[in-house]
Amino acid sequence: MSVLVYTQNWDGKFKKSSFELVSYGSKVAEMLNTSLICLSIGTVSDEELKKLGNYGAGKVIRVDNEFCKILDNQVYTDIIAKAALKEEARVIIISNNTEGKAVAPRLSVRLKAGMASGVSKLPLSLDPFTVYKRTYSGNAFAHLVINTDIKIITLAQNSFSLIETPNNAGIEDMSVSIDSSLLKTVIKDTQKQTGRLLLTDAEIVVSGGRGMKSPDNWGPLVELAGVLGAATACSRPVSDEGWRSHEEHTGQTGKVIAPNLYIAVGISGATQHLAGVSSSKYIVAINTDKDAPIFEVAQYGIVGDALRVLPKLVEAVKELKK
Amino acid sequence: MKILVCISNVPDTTTKVKFVESDTKLDTAGIQWVINPWDELSLTRALELKDDATAGVKSVTVAHVGPVTAEPTIRKALAIGADDAFRVNVEPADSYYVAAQLAEVIGREQYDLILCGIESSDYNGSMTGGMIAEFLGIPSVSAVSNIKIENGAPVVIRETDGGREVVSVPIPFVAIVQKGIAKEPRIASMRGIMTARTKPVRIYEPLAKEPLTRITVFEKPSPRAACKFIDPENPGQLIALLQNEAKVI
Repeated sequence: MSVLVYTQNWDGKFKKSSFELVSYGSKVAEMLNTSLICLSIGTVSDEELKKLGNYGAGKVIRVDNEFCKILDNQVYTDIIAKAALKEEARVIIISNNTEGKAVAPRLSVRLKAGMASGVSKLPLSLDPFTVYKRTYSGNAFAHLVINTDIKIITLAQNSFSLIETPNNAGIEDMSVSIDSSLLKTVIKDTQKQTGRLLLTDAEIVVSGGRGMKSPDNWGPLVELAGVLGAATACSRPVSDEGWRSHEEHTGQTGKVIAPNLYIAVGISGATQHLAGVSSSKYIVAINTDKDAPIFEVAQYGIVGDALRVLPKLVEAVKELKK
Repeated sequence: MKILVCISNVPDTTTKVKFVESDTKLDTAGIQWVINPWDELSLTRALELKDDATAGVKSVTVAHVGPVTAEPTIRKALAIGADDAFRVNVEPADSYYVAAQLAEVIGREQYDLILCGIESSDYNGSMTGGMIAEFLGIPSVSAVSNIKIENGAPVVIRETDGGREVVSVPIPFVAIVQKGIAKEPRIASMRGIMTARTKPVRIYEPLAKEPLTRITVFEKPSPRAACKFIDPENPGQLIALLQNEAKVI
């Protein structure tokens, strides 16, 4: 029996979210009095894999073959299923990120394993196995019972803190025999935006809405993000108008993020926008309208003109960092 | 090519959700039901493809698992422009259950491209599309932000962390779609609303199947403390609070 955590890698490297996942898995394994095994797919060095041991992994399984060079949902599902069956995994934990959403549901049907997605706490109970997940776009949470022997949990991003439990993780290279006809995905072209901090990885986000009045006013906002080491985001009307790129649109139909700090500048706080940011640990709002709904969810607020406030905030952060 | 668009029936986004029966069920009193926003965009894209004569789309069908009270939402989809629909006549239990029901009919009726929204605004599951594909043993592509037809075959754009890929996969497959798939949801025209009444909706009884999960109770998020306001003339105070009190910078 075991708890299996699938840790995605990005060009052979893990991210903070990978270690959060392992920390979570480590606690679940403790609750179930069983071992924690991590599964990695693709080319990842021994040194990088051993980092998973720092967060409680007892063993790391590496699968690397010609079929896993690109994400093919069926191939990855097949690999994770085979590893889970080999290790008699009772709980499989995957990140609720882009790749996790692509693969976990297939795995659920493949293993007839009940699945809960966007879970943000440790299981509330082991019998019946009950988890806590976000519903109604953050307006409610549900207690969900999973009735099957094998359970799949996808963990909401930034919902569980890192816990270091140093362990000397052994690495096992597992060879998985894959039917070559399973690989059907063909990638015809790739575009990557390198260098910039990904919105979904950022711990601090500075976001602008229609209250910024014009795309020409974004300078101080971008500067504030710069001094805070933050990513920039925007509300839907701003991306629809073409003031900022669609990559930055945060909200119900855009990106759903959960940073430690979300600074909303000139954003009124419409329901659809809040659905994208309600899991943020702290929300700061800057708006000229004291009745803007955003102030109902923000912990800190400034009723004022962003164009006057932002430069002063930039100065204050620079002072702090001296 | 036959396109199938799976649609979910959800409360309008601005609904203030409340629960009844000891917080085990959604209070449906006064709720406006709508097509799940991602499914609506997905349907819009399917219809745009159908409008393009070079794409070779023969029909766009919508599918739903739900009781007869979901009919108005299905008719809305028909009014927007879908050609026909089918409904599996049962309360949607969990995603596994819903996917099993849909897969059964999809396999029988044989569709080439199956579109599912990345999630529904009620359960935020992000599960049904992938599950349908696995039940059918066909490929799936997720995080799809665009679909084109090139030389009679679908080509999709798949969003990745910090980038995107142009992907092709042989039909039949499931495309799990998200933002970008269509700019705005298509609106029903008067003519659309009139013809929707007579478009065919096939009703099927469900397969005997058990859901794998069940929700036992709902909770509202803990109320947030009132906002602390900082003097706009002294925004530096905010930075101090963020550092010393919130400890986030």
